[in-house]
Amino acid sequence: MLASLSLILLCQLIGEAVVRGLRLPLPGPVLGLLLLLILLLARDRFVLLARGPLLNDGVETASKGLLAHLSLLFVPAGVGVVQKLDLLASHGIAIVLVLALSVVATLLATVLTFRLVSRLLRQQDAR
Amino acid sequence: MTDNPFSLWVYLSQSPLLWLTVTLLVYASTDAVSLATRRHPLANPVLHAMWIIGAFLLATGTSYTTYFAGAQFVHFLLGPATVALAVPLYENRTRVVASIVPMLVALVVGSVTAVVSVVLLAELAGLPRDVVLSLAPKSVTAGVAMGISESLHADPSLTAVSVILTGIMGAIIVTPLMNRTGVTDFRARGFAAGLAAHGIGTARAFQVDEIAGVFSGIAMSLNALVTSFLVPLAVTLLVR
Repeated sequence: MLASLSLILLCQLIGEAVVRGLRLPLPGPVLGLLLLLILLLARDRFVLLARGPLLNDGVETASKGLLAHLSLLFVPAGVGVVQKLDLLASHGIAIVLVLALSVVATLLATVLTFRLVSRLLRQQDAR
Repeated sequence: MTDNPFSLWVYLSQSPLLWLTVTLLVYASTDAVSLATRRHPLANPVLHAMWIIGAFLLATGTSYTTYFAGAQFVHFLLGPATVALAVPLYENRTRVVASIVPMLVALVVGSVTAVVSVVLLAELAGLPRDVVLSLAPKSVTAGVAMGISESLHADPSLTAVSVILTGIMGAIIVTPLMNRTGVTDFRARGFAAGLAAHGIGTARAFQVDEIAGVFSGIAMSLNALVTSFLVPLAVTLLVR
């Protein structure tokens, strides 16, 4: 468990360091995600890597534990709304409406595009 | 003796322990309610934890800075949790590779819709310029959105709030909306949830369906990349 958590933190640390060092316009944890994914794929290829947290579902179990309570992690930032009460009092309704309409538009645009493209591909396969 | 309870409160209210405990306890309760209602969208645990804790802070006159000194231990885990998304991605890699084309097209269309729609609607609503800029990156996960907001000289704390509000509204609306469109493909539904509503949408997707959760996590990570490039561009083109 400890080794698995360390591995996750190490991936993030390397991600942050590379992003800062090379001034990449992407978040450090996303690079950490890619790194861990590459490690997991490499483990299946090279037996040498299959040890410690990469053995017996170590890092898999730790990751699932973290993801099981993903929404909890947003609570501290969300409580920050108490600092913005004056702004919400003056523009709150407009802000909430704008965000709500935009989220509906985004959901629909994404899901319909995804379905349209996968249907077109299936038709091509069928031919 | 009489001032003892008060001095105890003064001591505790300044310690990280109290606010960390409050965060976990309140979330554990709102999550239990959500489970008891069989994950009803309106029983969203983040939404209810947010206003309960917020009201508690206001009632006790506690500053957000004091609260955050304790809650930061939870907030910190957002980074490692993003890295941890590699695991469901790895375990479902064959399904993911098989849907790579619809994913990438939906990513581009969705990211552009997210940024352009919020900027245009906010301008239409006559919101002040700095508010428009702060709302623009609202569909990506908190840490990334705050970074984008900073680079635009907007207000990162307003961005954080709009990110959370977007996530909550997305998580509440996604299931009824998708049922109405008649889309039963959980890859597509999950992908839309993660793209529009980042981690809160992803948490919701995992509650509904494992595959939806995986695709939601991918959408959230990819959107963080695309939006980092897109927002500065959209702002130059669209904001007066």
